[in-house]
Amino acid sequence: MEAAQNEQMQAQMINRPVDGDITGENSQERVGTQQFVTFAIGSEEYAVDIMQVREIQAWTEVTILPNQPSYMRGVLNLRGIIVPIFDLRSRFNQGKTNATNIHVVVIIAVGDRIIGILVDRVSDILTVDSSEIRPVPDIDDREEGEHIIGLVTAEERMVALLDTASLFKSEIIEQTVETAEDLSA
Amino acid sequence: MDDFAQFKITYFAECAELLGDVEIQLSSLSSGSDDPEILHAIFRAVHSIKAGAGAFKFTALAEFSHEYEALLDRMRDGRIAVTNEGIDLLFRASDILSAMIEAAEHEQELSSDFGKQILEEISSTVHGEDPEKTENNSTASSDAQDSPSPDDSNADPESPSDTTTKTYSISFAPKSELFKHANEPLLLVREMKGLGTLKAIPNLDNLPFIAKMDAEEAYISWEFLLETNASLEDVEEVFEFVTEDCTLNISVLENDPNKPAPADNLAENAPDETQSTATKTTEKPNSPQPANSPPAASKVTSIRVDLDRIDRLVNMVGELVITQSMLSQQTNELPSDQFPNMSRGLEELALHTRELQESVMAIRMQPVKSVFSRMPRLVRELSLKLNKKVKLVTIGENTEVDKTVIEEISDPITHMIRNSLDHGLETAEERLAAGKSEEGSVTLSAEHRGGRIVITISDDGRGINRQAVLKRARDRGLIAENATPPDDEIDNMIFAPGFSTAETVTDVSGRGVGMDVVRRNIQALGGRVSIHSAPGKGSRFTMTLPLTLAVMDGMIVEVGLSKYVIPIPNIVESFRPPRDALKKLPTGQDLVRIRGEYIPLCPLSSIFKIENATQDPAKALVVLVESEEFGTIGIVVDQLIGQQQVVIKSLESNYKPVSGISAATILGNGKVAPILDIEALYSLSQKMIKNGSYDQEGLIERSSETLSPLEMDETSILPSDAAPLQTSPIG
Repeated sequence: MEAAQNEQMQAQMINRPVDGDITGENSQERVGTQQFVTFAIGSEEYAVDIMQVREIQAWTEVTILPNQPSYMRGVLNLRGIIVPIFDLRSRFNQGKTNATNIHVVVIIAVGDRIIGILVDRVSDILTVDSSEIRPVPDIDDREEGEHIIGLVTAEERMVALLDTASLFKSEIIEQTVETAEDLSA
Repeated sequence: MDDFAQFKITYFAECAELLGDVEIQLSSLSSGSDDPEILHAIFRAVHSIKAGAGAFKFTALAEFSHEYEALLDRMRDGRIAVTNEGIDLLFRASDILSAMIEAAEHEQELSSDFGKQILEEISSTVHGEDPEKTENNSTASSDAQDSPSPDDSNADPESPSDTTTKTYSISFAPKSELFKHANEPLLLVREMKGLGTLKAIPNLDNLPFIAKMDAEEAYISWEFLLETNASLEDVEEVFEFVTEDCTLNISVLENDPNKPAPADNLAENAPDETQSTATKTTEKPNSPQPANSPPAASKVTSIRVDLDRIDRLVNMVGELVITQSMLSQQTNELPSDQFPNMSRGLEELALHTRELQESVMAIRMQPVKSVFSRMPRLVRELSLKLNKKVKLVTIGENTEVDKTVIEEISDPITHMIRNSLDHGLETAEERLAAGKSEEGSVTLSAEHRGGRIVITISDDGRGINRQAVLKRARDRGLIAENATPPDDEIDNMIFAPGFSTAETVTDVSGRGVGMDVVRRNIQALGGRVSIHSAPGKGSRFTMTLPLTLAVMDGMIVEVGLSKYVIPIPNIVESFRPPRDALKKLPTGQDLVRIRGEYIPLCPLSSIFKIENATQDPAKALVVLVESEEFGTIGIVVDQLIGQQQVVIKSLESNYKPVSGISAATILGNGKVAPILDIEALYSLSQKMIKNGSYDQEGLIERSSETLSPLEMDETSILPSDAAPLQTSPIG
């Protein structure tokens, strides 16, 4: 349910005007461009919609929760709210990131949840036309393929657009639905 | 439109409160109270709703509340008897009213005939007595006016016969301030003229010689005779903006246009019943609707504040508490003799922060009344549905708890009351057969006890059918076939998941969710619930909850490199166990013997798989904690760090619930520390023992395969979880 909402949200974001120039006519012309924050794990580049990104901070030690999933690093105090931090490398089954203070945590909003993803580095802000977003080829049946909503090319590098809602669905969304059912029952 | 949005929000907030009041009053009315003040109170509430509806142009709402008000008006002055049917009509009408308010609030369109049936019922009731009244109008109305107490009658701006033509005598003497405030008598005259036939008699007695006239003074006063079918309220509205700047006296004359009372007669007419009721002088300046708002002159003792603002305040104070504890932690490392003033200052800061926090928390304290007041309605409806006679007694509804708790207790209480009515109480026949009074009683009470709120729901019904419970528990495999647990244990089995003893699933309490959900939700709040039952005499649910879900006194403990918080109210004592006091059951359960008692141990390091923890329990510390469900439990930790008031932060706002952990807090160093949920922790350790994944050494040997049974929810484990638990250093 929330995933659908989120998609809707993202769809709306595509229509939002970009750049400083937001005069009515111009923004009409700019419909279809979208900005992404790109970050990397090793040589792989990923991106999320810039509107999802709340802040970017250097890695600090987090508090481990009991029985957390292997790709979760723990929780962080983000000015009074408790934010779970996930290791993107580990999420894609590429081992655990040996996090140091040059590693980066990207704090993003997924629906009404705030989460952090640990990546090696943040590379760029990408402005792309939605027509430039290529679908993910079906042949890739690795699990991470499911969590990618599209591919874009930036200076010959391939950047995968992450579906953050599905990526951490079990930690942040399914449980919410279940709890909601309990309460309404 | 947006300019009004804010007012609308306030209006709807008020409506919710008013509807709550109506509900309370209706309930006491239905319980047989004949206090005339009750109908007045309902009238005032409905009137206020009507006034706002009119202002915001919620036509349907305004019309409906107008009719409702008319009905109430006739009831309160005794023209319509307050019968059971009448009360029922009032109840149903208030349902419609609240539905209409809700629709207006969410800008939904209701079908045009929504509530029409009720409306017709009301009008037929109202107008049923109308012909009678119009026949001998003058006597009827003056008779009618006899009944309300004199001070309340002033609160009735609406004359009973709205539709008939009346003559108002208005004496109007502007003061000079009227001109200073840019008002103009001529405009008022014109406005009155718009209402009906107007006769104006100016009084020029005070007019000075022209040379002495001050252009800004008011010298002329008027007597008006206004013949109109407008209500007194409408007439008053003309003067709405000048009431403070004039001497105004509006009164209704006899309803005979042929005999207009001369203005001079006013004084003589005053003692007349009709007049005294309607007469209103502006000597005590009143808003045009005195019924709903106290006189403006009265002192403002409360203000309406947005919950968001309070939440922000609470959050900031929470942050302040964290900063303060960080500061005192830092200064503890300084030599205290070198900075005596600083440590004194910090001590004071700690005191003030605590006081500030308490005051801020107090702002959010609300009486449980807002929840309790919904229950009479529930009981009423259910008892009709179940065909049982039930009386609800509420005690301690002014007990205050934090609003976060208030929001959460409504569902469990509703559920338990449903349960009491459906399963607990017998039908009237059964009760009589059992030698009880026909009417069952359910008592809902709230009180403060030891820093917690205790809510009990007791009934004098049949009690728990232990045979049925036992049978069901056996059928479901909850207990062994030939086990006979003690009575209390049987009673509490109704909280077991998937348990429902009602032979037929009713739509009242058999909704597929049982008491297990109630217990789970209460426990999620750090609360406990239990039941005590006496066969044939009744049962009692007892629910205890923290007064606030925002702060708590906690003991910070360390295991390995991780810090956890144990709620202080749970802690009994802590000690380092001598080696010979440590025992082990064949199941793998560790025990500690203290004062002749064997207490089960929960080593945090093995339950939470924490690395670098003290492996030898004889070198660790045992913290004895009291749990409602499992009695005393020993939690094994490495060491105690210190006691501190902690701000409770939800883990679940951005993450899923974690078993064994109720919430988290932020320590002085800015790090997150989980708060232990004692009962869940113990259940977790029992499950681990059962599954053989319990590991006395606290070493991580297994991967997620053994982890999954620990998780309350299997869904949270993704296939990709096969990787071993992380082994990074802990911060």
